[in-house]
Amino acid sequence: MKSHINLRNVVVALVAAGLVLLPLYSQLSGNIFILTLFTRIIIFALAAASLNLIMGYGGMMSFGHAAYLGIGGYAVGILAHEGIGSGFIQWPVALAVSALYALVIGALSLRTRGVYFIMITLAFAQMAYYIASGMSRYGGDDGLTIYKRSTFGGLIDLSNRVQFYYLCLACLFGGIYLIWRIINSRFGMVVQGVRSNEQRMQAIGFHANRYRLVCFVISGTICGLAGALLANNTDFVSPAGMYWTRSGELMVMVVFGGMGSLFGPVIGAIFFLVLEEVLSQFTEYWALIMGPLLLLVVLFARGGIMGLLGRFSRV
Amino acid sequence: MSDPLLRVENLVRRFGGILATDNLSLDVIPGELHAIIGPNGAGKTTLISQLTGQLMPNSGSISFGGRDVTRLPSYKRSRLGLARSFQITSLLPNFTAADNVALAAQAHDGHSFRFWGNARKEKHLRDAAHAALTRVGLGQRIDVPVSELSHGEQRELELAVALATKPQLLLLDEPMAGLGVTESARMVALLKELRKEVTIVLVEHDMEAVFALADRITVLVYGRVIASGDPAAIRSNEEVKRAYLGDQHVVVAHG
Ligand SMILES: Nc1ncnc2c1ncn2[C@@H]1O[C@H](COP(=O)(O)OP(=O)(O)OP(=O)(O)O)[C@@H](O)[C@H]1O
Ligand SMILES: [Mg+2]
Repeated sequence: MKSHINLRNVVVALVAAGLVLLPLYSQLSGNIFILTLFTRIIIFALAAASLNLIMGYGGMMSFGHAAYLGIGGYAVGILAHEGIGSGFIQWPVALAVSALYALVIGALSLRTRGVYFIMITLAFAQMAYYIASGMSRYGGDDGLTIYKRSTFGGLIDLSNRVQFYYLCLACLFGGIYLIWRIINSRFGMVVQGVRSNEQRMQAIGFHANRYRLVCFVISGTICGLAGALLANNTDFVSPAGMYWTRSGELMVMVVFGGMGSLFGPVIGAIFFLVLEEVLSQFTEYWALIMGPLLLLVVLFARGGIMGLLGRFSRV
Repeated sequence: MSDPLLRVENLVRRFGGILATDNLSLDVIPGELHAIIGPNGAGKTTLISQLTGQLMPNSGSISFGGRDVTRLPSYKRSRLGLARSFQITSLLPNFTAADNVALAAQAHDGHSFRFWGNARKEKHLRDAAHAALTRVGLGQRIDVPVSELSHGEQRELELAVALATKPQLLLLDEPMAGLGVTESARMVALLKELRKEVTIVLVEHDMEAVFALADRITVLVYGRVIASGDPAAIRSNEEVKRAYLGDQHVVVAHG
């Protein structure tokens, strides 16, 4: 029997507990900033987790994942702008549009592999970026301010910091649970099998691309949810949020945390955004430190932080 | 003679200037073990790959069970009952032996758009994997990751994966390649058992094994069939002797 008590699981449990208790700490210490920071971190963790599903488990290196953050966000922003404030409409629309976008982009880009796949997903995301920039009715380049957060008929008040924080956390935990079920299901086995050896999977009777595509759509939909949360968090959406650098940041979070590790993206998002926060207080050239750090991870810790923790667990 | 299970007609496949399959025609009769032999580079693997759909021919046709499958993608042919093993082992390296076989069983157990239940806990998939692995002699190695299996065990796993798809026609591309003497003997014994249940096309350099197992032998040289017939006829065929059997170096050097 494998023991479930190892360094990695202990860290995961501690981080999860820390996230749950964070509002309490914020309240007691009067540190509101940490609550805002971590709300943002949790949203990005959800986006990174969705990227990890296709990148880590499915072997699909999407370089356009920020597009879903933008699409989910714009769905909320545009509907709010047009006077539809109910989250019961906004959010399902955000998810549906993200899914649809993923379906179209996936169907086109999954014909390719490797570098071409990276390039095509990137190109489509940039296209989404320029389309958003061109929507003059919705702020164009300057973006769109959201004057009122999504309402859920009195069930939950998103303008309340703590309530919103817990909503985001619930979405993150729910998303990770969903991904966990998926990767262990028949579907997940196929997707991971295709990543491992596509030719073999075809030879035993799987239509590889069909499973890939569905995985791509699930991932995009989850990221669309993160987009809806993010728009509510910042009360604002803009094309800049779907720029390719944002997609790159999501990839970096996944790599930092550990590709193909369930909780890795959470660790990666915390690591990346806290580091960014801390470093940017000292220098505006924080990327100069982040870059080499990423290099170190890629060179010496392929499994990211989770991989390192796993290695120490085994001694 | 009964209707062929597999019929190949005038198959042509080029790689640049090379004619790897040169106007090749071939029948496989239900129930037979049909061996395909030929020197290195004769086009044996290229033929198998066209039969199972990893490669598309430039021209010619392939029909399986009376149905034209020439343009069918490999996953569809697998569902019709065509299975292959690869000369160069092609498995899922980061999965266990049982996972590899269970996935093959899963592929033939309805669609896999099931997102919730734990696939590794599905008893009938695990049972099917267990049975196929036991059959090939890997019953004790079920939960071992492929990367930790020996070369010989991986060859056996290749076969178990193919078996788990419950094929009507099994195409084996040098299952004995790289096996030791005892492992080879075990594989021959296994194939002797299997041939009672399933039609087999066997590509093999081990002549002893081929002549011990085959009902019919087709000899390929430069992508062309130079002879086809029962083992006795092949053994005494002058052209075969000249082109292939006489040159023992080719035969021995490969294994
Ligand atoms: N993908 C490819 N691209 C170019 N040439 C190829 C390709 N695959 C095979 N060939 C060529 O086609 C010819 C037939 O190759 P094939 O692998 O089918 O031979 P084989 O009979 O299986 O040989 P062996 O006994 O060594 O396995 C060879 O000349 C080979 O170099
Ligand atoms: Mg070959």
